This record gives sequence, C-alpha cells and structure tokens, in this order.
Amino acid sequence: MAGTNGENLAHTPATTPPMLLMQDIVKSFPGVLANDHVTFEVRAGEVHALLGEHGAGKTTLMNILYGLCRPDSGRIFIRGKEAHIRSPRDAIALGIGMVHQHFKLVYPHTVAENVALGLAGTPFFGPARVVERGLTELSQRYNLPVDPKAKVWQLSAGEQQRVEILKALYRGAEILILDEPTSVLTPQETLELFKVLERMKEEGHAVIFITHKLQEVMEVADRVTVMRQGKVVGTLPVSETDKASLARMMVGREVVFRIAKGECRPGEESLIVEDLHALNDRALPALRGVSLTVCRGEILGIAGVAGNGQRELVEVLTGLRRAQRGKVWILGQELPNRSPRRIAEAGVAHIPEERIRMGIVPGMSVEDNLILKKHHRPPFCRGPFLQLREVRRFAQRGVEEYKIMTPSPRTSAKLLSGGNIQKLILARELSGEPGLVIAAHPTYGLDVGATELIRQLLIRQRDAGVGVLLVSEDLEEIITLSDRIAVIFGGEIMGVVPAAVATREEIGLMMAGERRRVPNP
Amino acid sequence: MNWESWVISTLNRALAHGTPLLWGTLGEIYAERAGVVNLGVEGMMILGAVSAFTAAQFTGNPWLGILTGGVVGGMAALVHALFTVTLRANQYVSGLALTIFGLGLSGLLGARWVGVPLDNPLPKLTVPGLAQIPVLGPALFQRQSYLTYIGIFLAVVLWLVLYKSRWGISIRSVGESPATADALGVNVFLVRYLCVAFGGVLAGVAGGFLSVEYRPAWTEGMTAGMGWVVIALTIFAAWNPLRAVGGVLLFSGLYHLAYRLQGWFPPEFLKLMPYAFAILVLAIAGLRGARQLAPGALGIPYTRGEK
Repeated sequence: MAGTNGENLAHTPATTPPMLLMQDIVKSFPGVLANDHVTFEVRAGEVHALLGEHGAGKTTLMNILYGLCRPDSGRIFIRGKEAHIRSPRDAIALGIGMVHQHFKLVYPHTVAENVALGLAGTPFFGPARVVERGLTELSQRYNLPVDPKAKVWQLSAGEQQRVEILKALYRGAEILILDEPTSVLTPQETLELFKVLERMKEEGHAVIFITHKLQEVMEVADRVTVMRQGKVVGTLPVSETDKASLARMMVGREVVFRIAKGECRPGEESLIVEDLHALNDRALPALRGVSLTVCRGEILGIAGVAGNGQRELVEVLTGLRRAQRGKVWILGQELPNRSPRRIAEAGVAHIPEERIRMGIVPGMSVEDNLILKKHHRPPFCRGPFLQLREVRRFAQRGVEEYKIMTPSPRTSAKLLSGGNIQKLILARELSGEPGLVIAAHPTYGLDVGATELIRQLLIRQRDAGVGVLLVSEDLEEIITLSDRIAVIFGGEIMGVVPAAVATREEIGLMMAGERRRVPNP
Repeated sequence: MNWESWVISTLNRALAHGTPLLWGTLGEIYAERAGVVNLGVEGMMILGAVSAFTAAQFTGNPWLGILTGGVVGGMAALVHALFTVTLRANQYVSGLALTIFGLGLSGLLGARWVGVPLDNPLPKLTVPGLAQIPVLGPALFQRQSYLTYIGIFLAVVLWLVLYKSRWGISIRSVGESPATADALGVNVFLVRYLCVAFGGVLAGVAGGFLSVEYRPAWTEGMTAGMGWVVIALTIFAAWNPLRAVGGVLLFSGLYHLAYRLQGWFPPEFLKLMPYAFAILVLAIAGLRGARQLAPGALGIPYTRGEK
C-alpha cells in the first residue's frame, strides 16, 4: 500500500513544489570544502536516504538545514518558499526536526521534561504534565511506546531514540532528519524503526535518513541521494538501483564486500576470563560475571548494543579499570588489576575505542607517538636520553609498512586523518609482536579504504597465531571478521556462536537480552 | 543551665546568622544549575555590603540600601558572566578574581565608613500572635528580619520554579546538557547570563543584610568567609533550594553553638569554622559521589558546534 503511494508521489507533476529544496549549498571549514554546490530535494511522503561515507558532508548539510551552522552560500526552500534558517529555533518553526546520531537528551530528566524543553505554548507551571497527555496520544498514533514519566537515563538506546522522534513530532515536524539512526539499535529494533518510518510516510511526513549502510537504503528508502567528498554524485529511485552500483557511487570505485579469510586454526588460549565483575563510572554494576576465552589464531567478536559493558570489559582487560572480582589469564599469566604497562608488557596490544583521546598524544609528532609504550627501554633510550636515530629509523619503517599518509614523521599526530591515526596506532601496537590484540571499534568512522586495510591487518594477526578480541557495534563487521561471536547484554554474555552458523536474527535476539538456549560450544 | 533558653537562642540566632547564607546559596544554586560556577560570592557579598551601607546612610532608607546592594551584586556577577559565558574563560579563575577584586574595592570604598554606625538600620519584626507560642514563638518569630522570612519564602518559590515550571526545565537543561537545549531553540547564553546575574543580586542582598541589619555598620572584610560557606552549602544542598534551608539552619545552628561555647574553644576556632566547613563538605561530597548530583555541564563553557 505504502509502495503504491510512493509510486504516485514520484509522478506528481512538477508544478507542486517539493517539501524541501536545498539549492547550491556551499560550506567550507578550514582546509575542507564540506559541501560543494550541493542541491538536494525531498518530497512529502517519502523516505529519502542520504548516503555517503564518513566525511562526505551529509551531516554538515543537515546541520545547515537545522540551523546549527550557516552555509557560505546557497538557498533553502520549504514548500516552495525561501527560508532563512539562522538557528534551530527557526528550523523547528518551519517544521524541521532532527534526531542526532548522538542523542541530544537531558539524561537526568524525565521523558516529558525533555519534550517540554523549549516548547512554546505550555503553561508556566507544570508544563511536563500537559506534555505527558499529548505524548500518550502521539505514542499510540505512531506506535512509539514510551513512559513519559521515566527518567531518560533509565531507558534503552532504542527507547531514547523514540523520545527523540517524539520530541520532533510533538513540535509538529513535517521534515524529520534521522542521522545514522540504526547505529545504536539491535536488528529487531531497526525493523521496528522502519515500521515507524512507514507510518510517518503515510501521514505525509518527509523523512531524511542519513546512513552509510547500503542495506538500509535498499530496505527503507524510496529515493537516495549519494554524496562523496562534499559533492552530490546523484539522486535516484531505490527501485532503479542496487547495492553494487550505490557502493560504486559512494566510494568512487568497485568495492569488494567479502574479505578473503583463511580457515581458522585455533591454538592454545591467549585470553581466559572467568566470572569477571566490574563497576561503571556511575558505580553501578557494568560487568556481571563475564566468562570467555580467546584462542591464539582466532578472532572472537563481541557484539552488542552500545553501553552493555563493552567499554568496561576492554578497560578491565587492559588495566584501565579495576575488576571487583573474577579471574583473568593473559597468555598464561594471571593478570587481574595490574597496571596497563604490566599488561602491555605481557604481550597485549590495545586499539582503544576513542582513538584521539586514548590512542595518541595529539600534540606530539608521529614518530614520538610511534614509540610510546617502548620509549623507556632500549633501543629507544639509553639512561635518561632518547636515541633519536633509533627512534627515527623505527618511525620511518612504521610509516612505510603501515602506509601512514603523513607529510613527515615529525608532523604532529593530530593533523592526520582518522584513518591514518588508526594506522599509526596499529603500527605502534602491533610492532611488539603481541600475543593478544584487543581492538575496540577499530574501523568506526573510517572510510572504506582505511576500513579494508585495518580489517586485513587484524586478519593477518590472526593468521599469524595471535588471539584477537574484537569489540564492535557494527554487526556487519563482527560477522565478517569473527570466527566466534559472543553477545554481551547488561554486562553478561548471552551466548557464543560460531560465526559460520550465526544468523542476524539469533544474534539480534541475544543483543536484546535473550539467552542462547543451545549450550555454548 | 537552662536548656530552654539555649534552644531558643540557638534557633533565633541561627535564623539571623543564616539569612545571608540562605540568600547567597539560593543565588549560587541558580547560577550553578545553569552550569556556571561563581566563586565570586564572597566578593559580590562584600560589594553588596559596602554599597548597601553607603546608600542607606545617604538616603536614610535601609530598604534602598538593600536594593542597591542587590543591584551592585548583580552587576559584579555580570562581569563574571561576560568572562565565563561570552569569553569562555575558566570559571574558577574568574570567580576567584572577582572575590579578590571585591574584597579590595570594598575596602577602598568603605574606608570613610569604618567606625560609623548606621543611622537607620532595617527594623526588626516580631510576628504578632505567633510570637506568643511557647519556645517556638521566641525562637522563630521574635525580633527577626523581614529578609529572613522573605528568604525562606523565596526558597519555596525558587524550588517550584526550578522543578515545576517551564523556566526550570530550561535552566536545568542548560546546566545538564547545553547542546540539547540549544538544539531545541533555548538561548543558552541568555539563560546563563540571567541565572548568574540573579545569583549576584541575591549575593548582593545577602551582603546588604550584613551591613544594614545584622551589624549594622561597615567593617572591612565583614563577610568573613561567608561566601565560601555559600559555595559549600550549594553542594551540601545538592543544588536544591529547599534543602538549602535545612543546610543553612544546620550550619548556622552549629556556628551559634560554637559561639556560645567560646569559653571552651579558642576564639580562633570560630573564625576557622567557615573554611573548615567548606573543606569538610567538599570532602564528604567527593566520597558520596556528588558528581552524580551536580549539573552535568557545571564549569564547562558552551560553544555551539562542538560534539
């Protein structure tokens, strides 16, 4: 039904203006042309995907539409009328709503208070109570169940997203922008979101769906606009295209989807974790009895929705967080609650979640960053002095071997792109011939080229007999790379599945908290 | 020893001594709820005190004095807002500077008033009827200041506004997550300016109370660390105006007891108390994890467009 509807709309005569037209938008940031004469059009009653790699300019374009930044030039028309959007307030008044990738919610407040924030036309005293009533009605109409009195921090990521959508709908949004909305959802929650989007289409809203995932474009969008390096490559109906050609448009060359991976030959255990318990930053239990093993020569993927204990697990294993109880053996040594240096020296490579904050010292040069962790021992230092010639030789080799694109080894690391920073981190971490690699979100936010390279490096480590613990929220990545997949939920492992027999449905159910019935292999 | 007279005098004096602390704390709670720490309370209070005394002495009207104190306190706070909200300077440094500046400037401006008693201090109030209740009457309703009752009433109103009103949601959101408030069209800068200025007005009134009613005279450095107690009480009250009333009564009650027990303590102990209290509260708050209660963006300047 919705499909036919979309067909009809696609043939609306050109006389009715589109819901939204952004014309010739130009926006430059120091050193980058983020939007280069972008023209973008969205009609009422369609889901329009905005597809592109990280850094292609999608979010910038939408931030311009939502009044968060001003374009250098270009014009915006809403329902055929030119609009001057100077702030989010203007955008909201024009019926534009945005669900940011990193939710803009006040976590200690209730759902109703979050919706009431900045809302015009509510009574001075007790605005939240009035909003509660309206919310119940909206929830039913769009099938977005949520308790208006609940505190936001108590909700799951999926529920928090519903609050964001309700917030926009409550303000009468007709154009709804969703920035990477599925990155925090389980596969089942994603399907539910897609149903909500269908419902919104029927109600005549225009939905802009920002993504870099081709599968989602094919599943939910009516039309797609592809961006690359700040430019629009093309806009076309989804029914007239396929994943391969979209990928070509997005990346600018042929893309190989499957990575060649040899057979897994697991050796002895390189990591054993038994009944591990730890607290999170709010001093609440984050890990509740995690047990797992990683063998040499295998990649164990940890799948799960963000915030289910992944970060705490990695931090405990690398010595950055104290375990309350439980046992950890790394490469045959019992190492619970030792210092990060002690653990690194036992042969653990750590590719941290926040690569700029934890992976490098941004103000220091590439070569200095490359010898961190080893700077205090020969050959890099003798007595209190650094052996600069050794440092330079080592850095030169690392830069070449890992194809780090840098003007010079003495350039400060913060000037590199995300992909090159990640390569730098890998070059440093893998140079010590580790026995265990702990990689957290290793390809998050990287372009296709860098992603491929980093995945290949991880597989090469595995083939060389290193154990790899891979934590990622990208289910695709977990399924592609892992030999076995462990699913974490609420600080517990719900089950472990061999990747060869894993299905998205089964993993999705475990990500939502359903325990695996089959005994673990 | 007469227990009844001890209870009565402790409560009675605690209310009087606590009044400037309550006004100051209520103001600081609003500034910090909007995400701005203002360590300049001591400075704003003393500027309020000296200007209130001056205005009251010239006009002969103590209420005009209090009003002037509030306006001057608010203006001093606007300087802090300019530095921390618009220029995004470090809030702690700016606040400390304001305190030191206020102490110095007030000494200069008040030099001619040292040793001069105020001709028309603020009148005291004895609530008819209620004052006749045994124990409670003389403790709470005899010879109190108007500002004491206004302060307690203000605490209730400010609590209602903070938790139950449209403004309150905006203020708390600006302090918790300014980016969220901004994305919903709330003017983060305006809210912060207003809250900081409001805090300054209340601190100025608190200072005015000291020089126009509590003393009533001008002495250099007469706030004697009360501004620091306010900072500590803000944390102690968990940024809640109603809890501030309880915190103030507790501190001022203890202070008055220590005052009465001076025979047993060296007098320096009394001078030390405000600072010791501030440190103690910070230590306890650290242990109990006050970070979770504190506004999420407290102390962090807001820049649009940052993630």
